[in-house]
Amino acid sequence: MIENRPMVTVFSHVVLILGVLLVAFPIWITFVAASHDAIRVTQVPLPLWPGDQFFINLKATLMKGGNGAAGRPIGLMLMNSLVMAMMISVGKIAVSLLSAFAIVYFRFPFRMGFFWMIFITLMLPVEVRILPTYEVVAQLGMLDTYWGLSIPLIASATATFMFRQTFLTVPDELLEAARIDGAGPMRFFFDILLPMSRTNIAALFVILFIYGWNQYLWPLLITTDQSMYTVVMGIKEMLEDAEQTPAWHIIMMTSLLAMLPPVMVVIFMQNLFVKGLTDTEK
Amino acid sequence: MLKRVHFKPSYLPYLLVTPQIIVTLVFFFWPASQALYQSLLVEDAFGLSSKFVWFENFEDLFSDDLYFGAFKRTAFFSFMVAASSMSIALVLAGMADRVVKATLAYRTMLIWPYAVAPVIAGALWLFMFDPTLGIIAYVLDAFGYDWNHKLNGGEAMFLVIVAAAWKQVSYNFLFFLAAMQSIPKSLIEAAAIDGAGPARRFWTIIFPLITPTTFFLLVVNIVYAFFDTFGIIHAITQGGPAKATEILVYKVFNDGFIGLDLGGSAAQSVILMFIVIVITVIQFRFIEKKVEYQ
Repeated sequence: MIENRPMVTVFSHVVLILGVLLVAFPIWITFVAASHDAIRVTQVPLPLWPGDQFFINLKATLMKGGNGAAGRPIGLMLMNSLVMAMMISVGKIAVSLLSAFAIVYFRFPFRMGFFWMIFITLMLPVEVRILPTYEVVAQLGMLDTYWGLSIPLIASATATFMFRQTFLTVPDELLEAARIDGAGPMRFFFDILLPMSRTNIAALFVILFIYGWNQYLWPLLITTDQSMYTVVMGIKEMLEDAEQTPAWHIIMMTSLLAMLPPVMVVIFMQNLFVKGLTDTEK
Repeated sequence: MLKRVHFKPSYLPYLLVTPQIIVTLVFFFWPASQALYQSLLVEDAFGLSSKFVWFENFEDLFSDDLYFGAFKRTAFFSFMVAASSMSIALVLAGMADRVVKATLAYRTMLIWPYAVAPVIAGALWLFMFDPTLGIIAYVLDAFGYDWNHKLNGGEAMFLVIVAAAWKQVSYNFLFFLAAMQSIPKSLIEAAAIDGAGPARRFWTIIFPLITPTTFFLLVVNIVYAFFDTFGIIHAITQGGPAKATEILVYKVFNDGFIGLDLGGSAAQSVILMFIVIVITVIQFRFIEKKVEYQ
């Protein structure tokens, strides 16, 4: 506090509280809609206060899903989302750790060539090359598999760069000491480098988990088998059904369930999340 | 770049980079080259044969009013999303920076929309603005305004901008707040001693000093609006009504997967790749230079 101006402080709090309310309002409406029965959510005006159907809706959503043709248990979709998010984040971290290790700690022909090959992938988000990537995945027979959902997304320059930065800050003396003690490259990697990069790995994991969980266009394209649907794309299908048979209480419950894991990750691992965000953008 | 001390050359580094290089080759370079190649082909209506036509697809696109319309729409959409989410975030961050004791609590309550998937953000706002059921549409109706984004293109655009900006406020807030907190307190105190009030200090000290962050966020927000808002648009409007919200990424998807115009869609992908490369280069230049005017 620089000077004593209570009015300005009060004003700041008022603006911030308004901001928080504005940001949270859609979620409140979602929660309210998810706690009423099917009839109440089709009557105008919609309630602003939660009803008593929350757990009934929760059970119906997990076990049975929406109305009509899209009626599938959401539990399975949540499972698929979890598997996809875990495969993407663990895969990305493993692949990038190894290549960053090679690029920082070895001198070998084509080292810079590999580096630029990885670097250039920064420039091509999946959205701009969807059609040909889809064709490649189809030719490899990976449609409707967890591999097809995750592998095309695990190559990314960002993670490799971040680990490269991290490794460059590790003191050279550690490597010298390890070599004197007779440690080979992989021994050094697992016993010294990995433990030292723990926090960075955790921070990156938080970001990648959110990224993986929220994937939409890619799963939408490559899954036609309903048992492979992820929860984020399941919502879209329910929205299409909502044109005929509105089941907004189920849709909103599904939205709540679908945003819960990544939101919990952000709130409870806030410091790692902030670190991950700022690290990956450098 | 390379460690001063490093391991002896062996086959090992090749083994280590292999997974990443294979994935990169198979899922980046090969599809990207396919997109380049397909952008020079025209397929017949049944997808049975294709003909090499050089740059005809690009010429078609550049003479196509619909494509030009999508370009302008995307520019407007990105600008509005970046401007609204950044200004709201700037105000909130400025306030949060002031209330020292409660900063973290407010941060927790403001950052979580980052974790909401775009398509879910779309579903939430769609529900609130649903012309027959939505709570906000109901309130608007009570004021005599007949909201229907399913018919009115301007309203549809407004809705996707709101949903996209809502999701992005948290990210901008986080970076603005971090930038403000890294400004030395002595500068602010000196200005306060000289009699500058909070507003004046903000515009003459804080705002100029966070310029690098502002530029960085501008680029990030534009990239976000260009590429990461597909889910929002797909959930709320599907590009409609009458293409009023069809931005470039949506058009690539629509023409390629729904319209099955592979050559045209590939040509659009190539143009998008070009845009991404330009944006990336700009971003790197700014980060290299660390724009500062003080």
